[in-house]
Amino acid sequence: MDRIYEYLQMGGHAAFIWPALGLTATVLILMLVLSLHDLRTGEAVLRRLEATRTPRRARRSPPDSHPEPNYEA
Amino acid sequence: MANLHRFANPNRFLRLSRAILPWSASLTVLLFIVGLYFALFASPADYQQGETVRIMYVHVPSAWIAMLCYSVMAAASATALIWRHPLADITARAAAPIGAGFTLIVLATGSLWGKPMWGTWWVWDARLTSVLILFFLYLGHIALSRAFDDPTRGARAAAVLALVGFVNVPIIKFSVDWWNTLHQPASVSRLAAPAIDPAMLRPLLLMALAFTAYFVTLLLLRIRAELTSRKIRALQLAQASAE
Repeated sequence: MDRIYEYLQMGGHAAFIWPALGLTATVLILMLVLSLHDLRTGEAVLRRLEATRTPRRARRSPPDSHPEPNYEA
Repeated sequence: MANLHRFANPNRFLRLSRAILPWSASLTVLLFIVGLYFALFASPADYQQGETVRIMYVHVPSAWIAMLCYSVMAAASATALIWRHPLADITARAAAPIGAGFTLIVLATGSLWGKPMWGTWWVWDARLTSVLILFFLYLGHIALSRAFDDPTRGARAAAVLALVGFVNVPIIKFSVDWWNTLHQPASVSRLAAPAIDPAMLRPLLLMALAFTAYFVTLLLLRIRAELTSRKIRALQLAQASAE
């Protein structure tokens, strides 16, 4: 127990070393969380937008017909 | 160059990033576990700096990545301005917040290291001031690239800022040689034998590799997020013009 306490004291510099490591971890994790949040939010919006577009396409070309080439265009 | 052009295709890039991401993420976790073990437990205290030397294992790799990230941003900006690659603007825009994060770590950990070693949290010497300017350049890039309704105009203005600001990168690197600074000169150099004990060099290099793998992971994630938001904008514009 004494050895753990002594280690955590960091030779009397605990007040500088642990905040430095903690702050680094916080910024690194925050960057990952925000990047993943941006990606997931964007992908959800994109899925919604694409879902609203699909029926319009489906109306133009019925599923049993060959979509290409489109002679009407 | 022709091979590089192939990856400027966003769809091809997405496929490539999906293949790389699991590897870069796994490598990041593995390198952080091994690096932190050596940095916190299996390395000695410095004979002068004592245990505070452990701050070096996050401070120095953050500084390297902060400058690497700016170089990536400047190269992407040059590519965007010269060749108008669709992915180059996106890369620069994705890199800026990551660079700002790493620079914030450099400044904060440097301050926490400076107080017990130099007796001050901050000093306006060449190295510290030029890193602070780097932080402001990142913030300026983030603000400028989002300041216009038309993202293309914002990207072009931000690209010019990134290129002009690149002059700061060699200033940061050589500031400790060109001016008398409180900051110590480089201990790890490719041209000379490192002035650092192997017992400390090992955790430093392991943490540098961990930070690099993490940077690659974050950059790929942010580029994918930017590509998604470009697709959303294109779809919204197409829908608005169809209505």
